[in-house]
Amino acid sequence: MGMTIAEKILARASGKSKVEPGDYVVGKIDLAMVHDLTGPLTLNVLKEIGYDRPWDPRKIVIILDHQVPANSTVTASLHQQLREYANKYGTNFHDVGRQGVCHQILAESYVKPGMLVVGADSHTCTLGALGSFATGIGSTEMASVFLTGELWFRVPETIRFELKGTLKQGVSAKDIILYIIGKMGVDGALYCATEFTGEGVERLSIDSRLTICNMAIEMGGKTGIVNPDAKTLEYTKCDSCEILRSDKDAEYQRTIEVVLEDLVPQVSLPHSVDNVKPVSEVEGIEVDQVFIGSCTNGRLEDLEAAAKILHGRKVKEGTRLIVIPASPSVYIEAERRGYIKTFIEAGSVVCNPNCGPCLGGHMGILADGEVCVSTSNRNFIGRMGSPKSKVYLVSPETAAATAVEGKLTDPLKYVRS
Amino acid sequence: MSAIKGKVWLFGDNIDTDVILPGKYLVLTDPNELAKHALEGLVQDFYKKISKGDIIVAGKNFGCGSSREHAPLALKYAGVGAVVAESFSRIFFRNSINIGLPAVISKGARGIIKENEHISIHLDEGYILRENGEKLPIERYPDFLLEILKDGGLLQNLKRKFARRGEV
Ligand code: SF4
Repeated sequence: MGMTIAEKILARASGKSKVEPGDYVVGKIDLAMVHDLTGPLTLNVLKEIGYDRPWDPRKIVIILDHQVPANSTVTASLHQQLREYANKYGTNFHDVGRQGVCHQILAESYVKPGMLVVGADSHTCTLGALGSFATGIGSTEMASVFLTGELWFRVPETIRFELKGTLKQGVSAKDIILYIIGKMGVDGALYCATEFTGEGVERLSIDSRLTICNMAIEMGGKTGIVNPDAKTLEYTKCDSCEILRSDKDAEYQRTIEVVLEDLVPQVSLPHSVDNVKPVSEVEGIEVDQVFIGSCTNGRLEDLEAAAKILHGRKVKEGTRLIVIPASPSVYIEAERRGYIKTFIEAGSVVCNPNCGPCLGGHMGILADGEVCVSTSNRNFIGRMGSPKSKVYLVSPETAAATAVEGKLTDPLKYVRS
Repeated sequence: MSAIKGKVWLFGDNIDTDVILPGKYLVLTDPNELAKHALEGLVQDFYKKISKGDIIVAGKNFGCGSSREHAPLALKYAGVGAVVAESFSRIFFRNSINIGLPAVISKGARGIIKENEHISIHLDEGYILRENGEKLPIERYPDFLLEILKDGGLLQNLKRKFARRGEV
């Protein structure tokens, strides 16, 4: 019996030739990430232990992204603690000026196929899109990783999603994953690795694969993962890394087919991510704010899709559009291609790379009763500000069309014209 | 590790972190204060009603929901000796062991064990002993997880390993 890619990576990292779902292994960590909200807690734990020298500073990445630049003295002091630790031991550090959404920074500059990656953030599963095994852990566990470079894992079962065919114009990766979560429910993949396979995935760009794996956690998944191919190797500039892929006879808990041609733009309604419907069924809801950005949809492809719709058009009066590129390199390329100008001319605000309003901590927090259409990944009560606000999750295409009309809008009519 | 002995409290499936510890108490940092709100969503004054060492036996997906470490902490400080369930949410399972509360997987136990009966859990040997002498199998922990539990949690485990290095 063969192994899945998730099993192979855990076997490799724990020095075993074979592992099976349910096995416990201790894996050597290739990359560990904390950000400005979870990192300080890890440092507190280290302080309590009384020892804080990291096992390998080159494998630790500290990224400021949740509230950058600092928006209060409290945040400023969190940033200061991380800065001091990074300087003391020479870990990788993304300070103001090199900051960006942590998962995007990891994707662009650190993760290679086959790595075992942990991050003190639940959306670390994003990085499985590059053929790594990547998962979120708590701050206390991260302290243990900092000191030992190891962590225990229970080898998960894998659910396979076989994507067939090609997406229609105006439908994108976000619609695929929203559709899947709507079918699976918020606990449909509990504790499982979710592997995305098939020609449908092979045709998708790396940006799209990152979007899909990003939301694996929203159906309870331990990680999302895509087998590496030529696109992965090019993106990760990986000439010499060892490539691990699922065997043909690997065992899956189950396989679910998704036919991409059949998909239409999807929206996740408040206040649960699995509350998914086609946009066309709920069009017309009045919207106060639109957010395009986050670790789900703040990449170049996303900004391109939004810019195409916004080019030569205006954001509807009474609606605010906030656009946040996920990293400095996304920002620079979007600027070079004229997207930033398009957004500003359309009447939106473009912020520096960071998480922005995604978790209601910075830049565009919602007031009582406000409605936000967002390309991010969670719409829990109070996620983006007031507990009396509402968040609808959509693709960048739907977000852009919605900004133009000031109400929830199916983007298909904009891509056809 | 010596056996964990206690009286059983039965619960159903999908006991989520919001009923184990409602979100409004996340600002509390003292675990003894957290304990006062343990399982508040299901049992009023649970912390007053339980005896130290009592054991929760539940169905599937225990601890689903948020990643809050506060949830297993509240149970532990309320006096819960262990949680036995058909299955746990991934993060609750990890957090629970990391804070020194045994999360024990036993398939089928929920349907067999009775409310209020006295059971003992033998982690090293891998079984639950019922009042009537019946043994129910549990999923065995690997040695390193047993070690964390014996130390009382991950923090204590790390302290023991690293504190002597004397460097801060
Ligand atoms: S963009 Fe949102 S979901 Fe992603 S890491 Fe930042 S806060 Fe978390």
